[in-house]
Amino acid sequence: MKQPTTTQIWQALDQVKDPEIPVVSVVEMGIVREVTVEGDAVRVTMTPTFSGCPALDVMRRDMETAVHQLGIEDVTVETVLHPPWSTDWITDEAREKLRQFGLAPPQKHGGDLISVAFLDVAVCPRCGSKNTTIKNSFGPTLCRMLYYCHDCQDAFEQFKPL
Amino acid sequence: MNKTIQQLLTQKLLAMADDELILAHRNSEWIGHGPILEEDIALANIAQDELGHANVWYELRQTLTEEEPDELVFFREAADFRNVQLVELPRGDWAFTMLRQYLFDAYELLLLDMLQHSDYQPLAKASAKICNEEIYHLRHTSSWIKRLGLGTEESNQRTQAALNELWAYAHQLFVPLPGESILVDENIVPDMGVLYREWEERVRPYLTAANLTTPHNQTPPTTSRSDHTPHLTQLLSEMQKVARLNRDAVW
Repeated sequence: MKQPTTTQIWQALDQVKDPEIPVVSVVEMGIVREVTVEGDAVRVTMTPTFSGCPALDVMRRDMETAVHQLGIEDVTVETVLHPPWSTDWITDEAREKLRQFGLAPPQKHGGDLISVAFLDVAVCPRCGSKNTTIKNSFGPTLCRMLYYCHDCQDAFEQFKPL
Repeated sequence: MNKTIQQLLTQKLLAMADDELILAHRNSEWIGHGPILEEDIALANIAQDELGHANVWYELRQTLTEEEPDELVFFREAADFRNVQLVELPRGDWAFTMLRQYLFDAYELLLLDMLQHSDYQPLAKASAKICNEEIYHLRHTSSWIKRLGLGTEESNQRTQAALNELWAYAHQLFVPLPGESILVDENIVPDMGVLYREWEERVRPYLTAANLTTPHNQTPPTTSRSDHTPHLTQLLSEMQKVARLNRDAVW
């Protein structure tokens, strides 16, 4: 059987969704960093989003399964901490998917996290208004912050910039 | 890496991991009891982050000793933990928890900043990762110190009482571990004296601005991380209970 190409492996990984936000894949979230084929073995290098995220183990298992399903037996998912995962790595397509899911995308910070981390303005994912107020920089999961939109008069969540 | 340095580094990593783990457990005790819903959520997040950070340190240590994190967390006795007494104290009232967290967060952020320059690459890289998450913690707790210190007479009194008790305990954070000077000479960890000066320069004026007075006594109740209060035994009996019911269970 012909060994799958790295392109095919990337495509298979692009089918693996974030367990918490099942509209985006681990690839478009910037979680998968590298795919290396060494003979019959495949190594996938990933970087964790938030250190305490309980979904990381699920993602790792799902990635292994996705590569196994291509007929590859020997697959290792390796975790690297450097460079630290940044919300800047989330693709533009994924940002739009987040917004449609009801989660305001994180502001881009270009490496200067402090410049956006406590920014009191997030764009409402429902109506696009900037007339919003932060309610809590901590949310129902490590990756979410809580905001209130004064135009919708309802709360919404923003993906936490990191 | 020579054996002495490896042994000292594993000791340091255990201390750092245990601080995070025990503090995370104390913070998690507020779940369902927070003064308002937003704080219930916030402290749960902070605790979860801290567990993640503890895991990063335990796993880094595992690359040196092969000791499994779960073994260390659930099956060690109190005498074998290496956290400072500051983090094992019961949660007290909200002012107590916020003040303890503030003193610790200020220390941790400075430590992580300095560790990013460590010549031991895995430690530098892990610190860079954790640092970004830690920023949110210090922002949160420092806001609370202002709110509590400058709020009502009661909030100021409670926070001052917390500071009176915790100031000396916090100083144990800066006591170097036995042999740590070797790690400092190798530029693996920063000098605790330098770290202390940076910390003190920041927290003292901040507390003063929040209408709080730092106590005169700065001598920690102990200078050894092997020395624990009965509070740690009580904490572990709760934290380890389920795992110890069946040692061989697969989770």
